[in-house]
Amino acid sequence: MTTETSDMQAMRARLASARGKEYWRCLEELADSEAFAQMLREEHPRQASALAESVDRRTFIKLMGASLALAGLSGCLSPAPAPTDEKIVPYVKQPEELIPGKPLYFASAMPLAGYGRGIIVESHMGRPTKIEGNPSHPASLGATDVFMQASILDLYDPDRAHVLNDAGRIATWDGFLASISGELAYQRLNEAPGPAILTETVTSPTLSYQLQQLLEKFPKSRWYQYDPAARDAARVGARSAFGAPVDTMYRFDRAEVILSLDSDFLFFGPAALRYARDFSDKRRVAGRDSTMNRLYVIESTPTVTGSMADHRWALAPRAVVAFAKAVAKGLGVSDGGAGPAAGVDERAVNAIVGDLQSRRGRGIVIAGDHQPPAVHALAHAMNQTLGNSGSTVIYIEPVEAQPVDHGQSIRELAAAMEAGAVQTLIILGGNPVYTAPADVKFGELLARTSLTIHLSPYENETAALCRWRVPEAHYLESWSDVRAFDGTASIIQPLIAPLYGGRTVHELLAALLGEPARTGYEIVRGFWQQQSKARGDFEQFWRAALHDGVVPDSAARVRQGAPAQGRAASAGAPDTEAAKTNSEAAAGSASLEVLFRPDPSILDGRFANNGWLQELPKPFTKITWDNVILLSPRTAERLGIGRRIATTGGERGNIYAEVVELEVNGRRARGPAWILPGQADDCVTVHLGYGRARAGRVGTRLGFDANAIRTAGALWQAGGATVRTTGEEYAVACTQFHQVMEGRDLIRAGTLEQYRRDPEFLSGKEEDEHAGSLYPGFKYEGNAWGMSIDLNACIGCNACVVACVAENNIAVIGKKEVMRGREMHWLRIDRYYKGARDNPEFYQQPVPCMQCENAPCELVCPVHATTHSEDGLNDMTYNRCVGTRYCSNNCPYKVRRFNFFQYQDFTTPSLKLMRNPDVTVRSLGVMEKCTYCVQRIRHAQIEARKENRAIADGKIVTACEQACPAQAIVFGDINDPNSRVSKLKNGPLNYGLLAELNTKPRTTYLARLKNPNPELEKELPRG
Amino acid sequence: MAERVDPTSAPPANPPIIEPGHTFATLTDKISAIVLTQRTPWFWYIGFGASFLLVLVLFYCIAALLTVGIGLFGVMIPVAWGFAIVNFVWWIGIGHAGTLISAILLLLRQKWRQSINRFAEAMTLFAVACAGLFPLIHLGRPWFFYWLLPYPNTMGIQPQFRSPLVWDVFAVSTYLTVSLLFWFLGLIPDLATLRDRAQRRVPRFIYGMLAMGWRGSAVHWHRYEMAYLLLAGLATPLVVSVHTVVSFDFAVALVPGWHSTIFPPYFVAGAIYSGFAMVLTIAIPLRRLYHLEDLITDRHLRNMGVVMLATGMVVAYGYLMETFTAWYSGDVYEQYMMMNRMFGPYGYMYWLLILFNILIPQLLWVRRVHANVPLLFLIAISVNIGMWLERYVIVVVSLHRDYMPSAWGMYSGTIVDYGVLAGSIGLFVCLLFLFIRFLPMISIFEMRELVHDLSEQGQTVRSTE
Repeated sequence: MTTETSDMQAMRARLASARGKEYWRCLEELADSEAFAQMLREEHPRQASALAESVDRRTFIKLMGASLALAGLSGCLSPAPAPTDEKIVPYVKQPEELIPGKPLYFASAMPLAGYGRGIIVESHMGRPTKIEGNPSHPASLGATDVFMQASILDLYDPDRAHVLNDAGRIATWDGFLASISGELAYQRLNEAPGPAILTETVTSPTLSYQLQQLLEKFPKSRWYQYDPAARDAARVGARSAFGAPVDTMYRFDRAEVILSLDSDFLFFGPAALRYARDFSDKRRVAGRDSTMNRLYVIESTPTVTGSMADHRWALAPRAVVAFAKAVAKGLGVSDGGAGPAAGVDERAVNAIVGDLQSRRGRGIVIAGDHQPPAVHALAHAMNQTLGNSGSTVIYIEPVEAQPVDHGQSIRELAAAMEAGAVQTLIILGGNPVYTAPADVKFGELLARTSLTIHLSPYENETAALCRWRVPEAHYLESWSDVRAFDGTASIIQPLIAPLYGGRTVHELLAALLGEPARTGYEIVRGFWQQQSKARGDFEQFWRAALHDGVVPDSAARVRQGAPAQGRAASAGAPDTEAAKTNSEAAAGSASLEVLFRPDPSILDGRFANNGWLQELPKPFTKITWDNVILLSPRTAERLGIGRRIATTGGERGNIYAEVVELEVNGRRARGPAWILPGQADDCVTVHLGYGRARAGRVGTRLGFDANAIRTAGALWQAGGATVRTTGEEYAVACTQFHQVMEGRDLIRAGTLEQYRRDPEFLSGKEEDEHAGSLYPGFKYEGNAWGMSIDLNACIGCNACVVACVAENNIAVIGKKEVMRGREMHWLRIDRYYKGARDNPEFYQQPVPCMQCENAPCELVCPVHATTHSEDGLNDMTYNRCVGTRYCSNNCPYKVRRFNFFQYQDFTTPSLKLMRNPDVTVRSLGVMEKCTYCVQRIRHAQIEARKENRAIADGKIVTACEQACPAQAIVFGDINDPNSRVSKLKNGPLNYGLLAELNTKPRTTYLARLKNPNPELEKELPRG
Repeated sequence: MAERVDPTSAPPANPPIIEPGHTFATLTDKISAIVLTQRTPWFWYIGFGASFLLVLVLFYCIAALLTVGIGLFGVMIPVAWGFAIVNFVWWIGIGHAGTLISAILLLLRQKWRQSINRFAEAMTLFAVACAGLFPLIHLGRPWFFYWLLPYPNTMGIQPQFRSPLVWDVFAVSTYLTVSLLFWFLGLIPDLATLRDRAQRRVPRFIYGMLAMGWRGSAVHWHRYEMAYLLLAGLATPLVVSVHTVVSFDFAVALVPGWHSTIFPPYFVAGAIYSGFAMVLTIAIPLRRLYHLEDLITDRHLRNMGVVMLATGMVVAYGYLMETFTAWYSGDVYEQYMMMNRMFGPYGYMYWLLILFNILIPQLLWVRRVHANVPLLFLIAISVNIGMWLERYVIVVVSLHRDYMPSAWGMYSGTIVDYGVLAGSIGLFVCLLFLFIRFLPMISIFEMRELVHDLSEQGQTVRSTE
C-alpha cells in the first residue's frame, strides 16, 4: 500500500515536472519503478537486456564498424542459427485438400435481381476462377447464364470501390460506425422519422430478418424497394387474380402447347435456366414417333424465346393486349364484353384456341414481365379455364421477403423525400440515381437529403451523390443467403477474402442494429441456427447446406387454391397503365410506341463495367458496346432511316447507323437507329443500362441513357413517341451484319411432320462426293473427340460464349478493335433470317472450331504451330506460332482468332488472379482458337491413366457444354459407339457444316425442326 | 541477219537497236562517264532525296509495326492478308522482267536485250528485295521469321514442308541468290573498265576489289561466257518457278477465288507483264534524262510493248477462264465469288483492273502508239496499277466473302498500309538511283560486242546490195 502511494506520488511529481512532449506507455513505466523493470525482464527478456545493458555511443560505433568489416565474410560461414523463438512452418505437410495445380470446387449461389442461381465455383489456390452451375440447384440444374459466367470478372474488376468514403474523404469503418450510430441514436431519441431504407428485390432470409429487426428498432423508418427490372406487372396481375401475392412457376417439362404473350421466359427471369432446360427437353426428337412441344409467341420485339417459336407474330404492344383478349374470349374467359379488336388475326386466334383446348392441362399461357397486369390476370384465367393450373402452372407463396410494386415504392420514397420526411436514406445496393424513372428525379432529391449512405460495389452515379459510400463485398467474398425462383434457399459462402475491404449488407445492417462486431459468417450462421432449432443437429445441417449449395426442403409452399373465375374476369378489364398506354397510343396514329427492355448483356446497367458482357454480341442485332433504337424495316422505311456498311471492318465490325432523336412526352433521347427484322411495326425498342456517367473505365459513356425517357407510370412501354432523324451518323460495332445464308446449306431445318414421314429428309448429300486425300489419313486408336450441337435445342442465349471466354482467358479488345472485325471469341453464335422481311424465322448456330480431320489450317502452317493430335484435335501451339495468319485464311469456318495487338492485360494485378492457370495467356502476334477445352481433356486423361481406367462418357465436359442451359452441346468420344455423342452423330438429323469441302468436321450439328400447327401451315410465311 | 534479230517487225519501219555512229570508244566514254566523270545531275539529287524520304517513312512504319503490333495494318478476320501480301506478289512479279530479259532472251539470242538487261536485272534485284520485306513484316511475330528456315535447332522442329509458305521461302531466296549472282557476274568486265578509267584512288580501289582481278584475257572471256551461259540456263526455269510457287500460296488454299489450277501460268504471265511494264516505266525517263536515246532506242521500247501486249493477252485469257470456270463449275461458292468480285462492294476494283490491265493496253495494237513515247509510258503506268489491283482483287476480295456469310467482313488499308507501300516504292527508287550513280546502267562490254556485230552485219548487208 505504501509503495503504491509512493509510486502515485512519484508519478504526479514527474508529470508535473515534465516539459514538452513526454509520452508514456503505462503507469508503471511512468513511475519508473523497479516492479516495471522486473516485469519487463520476465515478459520480454531480449528487449529488456537491450534496455538494461544499453550501449553507449562509442561502443555502438565500434560494434558497427566491426560488423561492417565482417559482413563480407558472412558468405564463408554457415548461416547463423535462427533465434529459437521465431519459428516458421515448413510446407512439409500441405493443408488438407490443397494440392497446387488442382482446383477445388465450392457450392454457392449468385444473387441476381434478388433471386439466387446455384453455382459451383472453381478455385485455384484460393482464387476463384470459374463459375459453373450447381446441378442440384433448381434454378440452375448445372447450367449457367451469361451473367453468372461474367460475374467472376466483376469480382476482379479493378474499378470496384476500394475505400470507405465520407463525402470524398477516405474514412475508416470505425469512423463510419461512430458517426452513424451517433446520428441514429440522436434520431431515435428525438423521435425523428428514422432512416429510410432502399433495397432492390430481397429474397435473402437473413437480410429480410435483419430488415425486420431494423424496422422494429426504428418503428418510424420505412423500407422501400426499387429494381428497375422488377416484375411488377406479374405481381399486380397475380394479386388481382388471387387477391393475395402469389408467385407463378411453370412446368415446361409437362407442357405440350405454349402460348407466350410477349414473355421471354427462356432468357430473362430467375427461372430462365430451368425453363430453358425443360423447354428444350420437350423438343428433342429420337425417332419417328417423337413428339415436340409447340410454341406460339406473340411479341413486339425479337427475343430469344421468339426465335424458338413455331409460330411467331410481331405485334405492337397494344395489339398484343388485343390478341390476348381475343384468345381469352375464344377460350370462354370473359374479357369485359369488348369485341375482338381490329387487326387481330382471327385464324391465328382460332388455331391457338383449338390447340390449347385440345391439350387441356398440358398447355401453358404465359404473360411477359413487361405486359400490363391485365394480361397477366388474363393468362391466369386462361390457365385456370384450361385446367393448366396445378399441372403445368404452379402457384406458390411469394419468394420475395416483401412483395411490393417497385414502381410505386420508388415514387413513394420520392414523395417522402420531397416532403422532407426523409433525413437519413440508406441505399443498400442498386444505383437508383441512374435507374430511377426520369420523372422521379431521384438524383435531385438525394442531393437534398441530409444523411445518405450507399452500399455499393462501385463508385457509381448514386455513390457520387451520397455522403457515406461503403464498398460492398462481391458475392464471392460474402457470407449470405438467397432464395431461388421456387423459394429454395442457398447459403452463399465466400471463396476469397474481400479484395478491396468490402462489407456485406448483413454486416452493415448488423452495425446499424448495434452489433458492429458481428461478422457476416456469424450473422448468417446465427440466423440459420436460430431457424433450424427444431431440426436437430445444426452442424450437420449447416455443413450439408454449404456442401450441396441448397438448403433442403426450403422451397416455397405450393398454393393449392386457384384464381377465382370472377376475380380473373374482373381483372380482365384494362387497368390504368394499359388504358393509359392505349389512349396515348390512340392519340396520334403517326406516333410510335416505345418499349423499354433490360439489355440482354448488361441488364439495367449493373454489368456496364464488365468487358466480357460489353463485348458479347447481343442476340439478333449482334451489336457490342452500345445500345440502339430498334425499328422494324417497314417503320424505318416510313421514317426514311437507313444504314451503311463501313469500308473498314464493314459487315463484320463497323456499321454506320443514323442517329435519331426519340421524343416521348417532351423527354428526349438520341441514339443510333437500328433496323431489326422481326420487330413489330410502329414501335421502337430501347435497352436500358447504357449512357452511364460513372460506371468505370469500361462502361462509362457507352451508348445512350434510355432512363431519360422512362417514367414511373410507363416503365415498360410508352405511347406517343416520335422519331426525328438528325442527319448524323454513328459507328456501331456489329459482329455479324450479313443476315442471309446466300442459299448455302449452313443451317438445315425442316418440320416435325417431314421428319416423321422420312427421318433422313435432311441428311447430307455431298459429304462423300470427293472423300479422298493425297495424304494418308490419321488413325485414331485411342479416343477420338467429337462434338454434337443440337440446333433444335439451342436457344442462342450466349452462355456458351461467355463460358468459353472465362475458361480460356480470352481477351477483351474494346469497341475500336471490334469495329475492325477482330473480336476474339473462339465460339460465336451465328444468326440468320429466313422468310418474310417483317417477321422472318430466326436461326442461330453456335460455331466453335470444327476440329476437322482433314484440317485445311494444319496443311498451310509453315512452322508446325497448328498440328493434329492423335485423338483428332487441331492443336494450336501458341509458342511456335509466328503469325502468318495463313491458317485463318484457309479456315472455311473462320473460327481462328488472331492477336493483332497485345490484347491481354498483363499489367492490372487483379486480372492476373482471375485467369485460368491451365490455359496459356496468349500474347501479341499469335493465332488462337477453340481447342475443345484441351486442358480439361488432358486433365481427365491424366486422372484416368493414374487410376488405370478408361474415361467414362460424360466425364469430360467442355466449358460451352457445361454452361448450356438447353444441353444442346454434347462432347465425347466418337470411337466409343455407346457414347452419347456417337449416338447423336449416327442419328438422321446429323450433318456437318460445309462437309462438302471434305474437311470431315468433328463438330457436327443436329438439324433444326419446327412443329407448326397444320392449320396455320398453309399461310407460311407469316406476318 | 536483221530478221534474226527481230523477226516480229518488218525491216523498213524498224528503228535500229543502236543508233549509228557509235564506236567502242564512244560507248565506253558515254556510259562510264555517267558514273566517273560527269557531275551528278540535279535531278539525281531530287530523285534520290525524295525517294530517301519515302525510305524513312518505310523505316518508321516498320519500327511501329515491330513495337506496337501487326494490328497497325488493316488486316482482320476474315481478311487476314492485306496490302502486305498484295505488295509482295506485285513486287515479285515486277522482279521477273530482269531475269527474263537477261537469261531467256540471252538464250534466244535476242541482241536487243543488251542495252536494257543491266538495269532490268538491277531492277529485279531491288524489286525482289522490296518483295522479300513484306512476308517478314506482315508476320505476327517477325522476330521469329527464321523458324521458316530449316536449320538445326534445339526445338527439334523443322518447317512444315507441306505449306506453300515454306516453298515460297525457298523459291524467293533461290531466285534472289541466282539473280544476284547473274547480275554481279555480268558486271565484272564493266567493273574492270571502271577500275581502269577511275581517276581517284578510292573508286579505283573499290571497283578493283569488285572486278575480282579481271584482266580481259581470252581465258577470262572464255570462262566468263561459260559461266554466264550456265547461270542463264539456271535462271531460266526460276523465272517460271518463282511465280508458280507464289501462285501456290493461293492455289493450294481452298478459298473460292484462290483455289484454281489456272493460277501458275496466269501468275507467270502476269509477272512478265508487270515486269516489262516496270522496265518501260524506268527506261523511258532514264534514257531521256541521261540522253541515252541512241542506246535505248525506239526499237527497244517497241519490242517491250509487243511483249507486254502478248503477256497481257495471256492475262486477259486468265481472267476470262476464271470467270468461265466459276460459272461452269456449278459451285455455289465459286459462282458467288465471281459475282461478288464483279458486282460486290469491291466491284469497282475489278472494273478498274479490267480497264488498266486489259482495255488500255489494247492501244498497243496500234503501231503509231509504239512511237509515241509519252503514251507508251502512260500505258506502262496503267499496267503497273492494274497489276497491283489484280493482286488486291485476288487476295482481299476473295477472302472478304468466302464460305460462311456470318464471317464476312470488309477490309481497307490503314495509313500504315499505305505508308509501307509508298515506302517500298521509295526503297526501290532509292536503290535504283544509287545504282545509276555508282554502276554502269548499260552493259559497256555487251554494247561494244553489239557494235562489233552490227558493223560486221552492216558490211554483209552492204555487200549483198
